Amino acid sequence: MAELNNSDIKIVTKDVNLFYGDNHALKDVTLDILSNKITAFIGPSGCGKSTYLKTLNRMNDIVPNVKISGKVLLDGEDIYENGVNVTYLRKKIGMVFQKPNPFPMSIYDNVAYGPRVHGIKSKARLDEIVENSLKGAAIWEETKDRLKQNALGLSGGQQQRLCIARAIAVEPEVILMDEPTSALDPISTLKIEELMSQLKEKYTVAIVTHNMQQAARISDYTAFFLVGEMIEYGETQQIFSRPKNKKTEEYITGRFG
Amino acid sequence: MKALQTNNASNLKIKQHRFVEILLKIFIWVCALLTVSFVVGIIIYILVKGIEGMSWNFISTPAAAYPVENYGILGNIVNTLYLIVITLVIATPIGVGAAIYLTEYAKQGRLTKIIEFTTETLSGIPSIIYGLFGSVFFYSVFKLNYSILAGSLTLAIMILPIIIRTTQESIKTVPIMYREGAMGLGATRWYMIRTVILPCSIEGILTSVILSIGRIVGESAALIFTAGLAYNLPNITGIGDIFKKAMDQGASLTVQLYQYAARGGEEMKYAFSTALVLVIVVLIINVLTKIIARGFKKVK
Ligand SMILES: Nc1ncnc2c1ncn2[C@@H]1O[C@H](COP(=O)(O)OP(=O)(O)OP(=O)(O)O)[C@@H](O)[C@H]1O
Ligand SMILES: [Mg+2]
Repeated sequence: MAELNNSDIKIVTKDVNLFYGDNHALKDVTLDILSNKITAFIGPSGCGKSTYLKTLNRMNDIVPNVKISGKVLLDGEDIYENGVNVTYLRKKIGMVFQKPNPFPMSIYDNVAYGPRVHGIKSKARLDEIVENSLKGAAIWEETKDRLKQNALGLSGGQQQRLCIARAIAVEPEVILMDEPTSALDPISTLKIEELMSQLKEKYTVAIVTHNMQQAARISDYTAFFLVGEMIEYGETQQIFSRPKNKKTEEYITGRFG
Repeated sequence: MKALQTNNASNLKIKQHRFVEILLKIFIWVCALLTVSFVVGIIIYILVKGIEGMSWNFISTPAAAYPVENYGILGNIVNTLYLIVITLVIATPIGVGAAIYLTEYAKQGRLTKIIEFTTETLSGIPSIIYGLFGSVFFYSVFKLNYSILAGSLTLAIMILPIIIRTTQESIKTVPIMYREGAMGLGATRWYMIRTVILPCSIEGILTSVILSIGRIVGESAALIFTAGLAYNLPNITGIGDIFKKAMDQGASLTVQLYQYAARGGEEMKYAFSTALVLVIVVLIINVLTKIIARGFKKVK
């Protein structure tokens, strides 16, 4: 990875192996995620993109019978070490899911959920966080008059931006997005892509996508996965114009996957 | 020509299906009609037989000592309310807690399977057996004698399976993506349960509570050996007496109905009057269930 330097490294994964029971879902995955960049993860269905993303904030911990080995370092600190506070880890590394999943409560309470988890009680402080987060997710104008209404009344695209607002409300350092636009219409998708470009100024963004154009448009770095292995990783421009690996080339030109 | 023939044949077949369909429809109609007429018939029968002994005095005064001049069920209504409240206060937290433990914390495996199987079996046991158990366990071992508390404890064991099962079912229907959302924001499991899982399953929990009330109101066998046969009103002179009543004997409406019917003769009509009150209470409970369910649908 000699060509990836100059920027700060936010997350290091080294020789990460993950088993769901006997299913070897990640094989010796080693790569570095850089600060204030968008890193895209592409690859055919079932190749372990979501699994990899979830190892970064230990969401796989909830799954029974998971075995993980290797190292995942956030700012140099091993997140799988004994005594790591998972609540604090997930405050630092937030997540947005494939299907918009706002809780069945008001828009306000959705955004305030994370801050409340982390002990913020003051009404004034929460009001401020809610407003800033909704602005940060470019959905303030649409929701400012209906904060007390149920979030499930929003459109799919709005719900997903609300989920982004909910994620940034805890002031994470990294945001993981697992196919955040795959359930959305083109206009909502465009809005969220614009949003991501803004987000990277403050956050480090890692995104899984099945949409090659999307990866090429918005990401700075791209990693290509195939059956649990990281095949190629590099600057997005290079991956899409001069892939080094033949399999990468076949995938991005649409010959399989 | 050939095409026409096959066409005719399939037309015929359609007719045949039609015929069977009509027969089935008639059958279903008859079944439905029978069911409805049974229910309506029973209600009308009880209404007719029960109206005779029914009076404001009957529901607003307690019975006087036996042999009686005054027939009244106010004491039994109060006893029934006591039974409902105490039983629910005991069983709801335990049942909901057990359901949460089984679905959210316990490692899914042999043990949880066994517990779930046991709960299911418990709900199929005849209530008289609960009564027998209660009379030995709470009456003798815990020295509660015949008391509303002993009756409530027995009923609590009896309705636990309903509460556990129904709550479990509704917890299981909470989408995984809500859990992921909460965990992804750093919520601990308990925080997530409190703020997302329980609010989402409140409808199921309430349903189980109302089902339980129906069960309590309708229960008699489990109570005869545990809560006794008294029908007097509590003698309340201070706050403490409200609680002391729980240690007294007290016959529920159903047990009172049983007593009237067992003595027969003149008192038979009061058995029907009591039945009438019970039917009305059960109807009210059913309507309440519907209203709550509808209310939740609207909120969603
Ligand atoms: N919770 C789980 N339990 C068991 N196996 C799992 C679990 N989640 C994923 N897997 C398996 O791990 C492998 C990788 O799955 P993963 O969801 O990471 O793929 P993906 O690249 O995200 O696919 P997609 O593009 O379809 O989302 C698959 O073989 C999948 O069946
Ligand atoms: Mg996936």
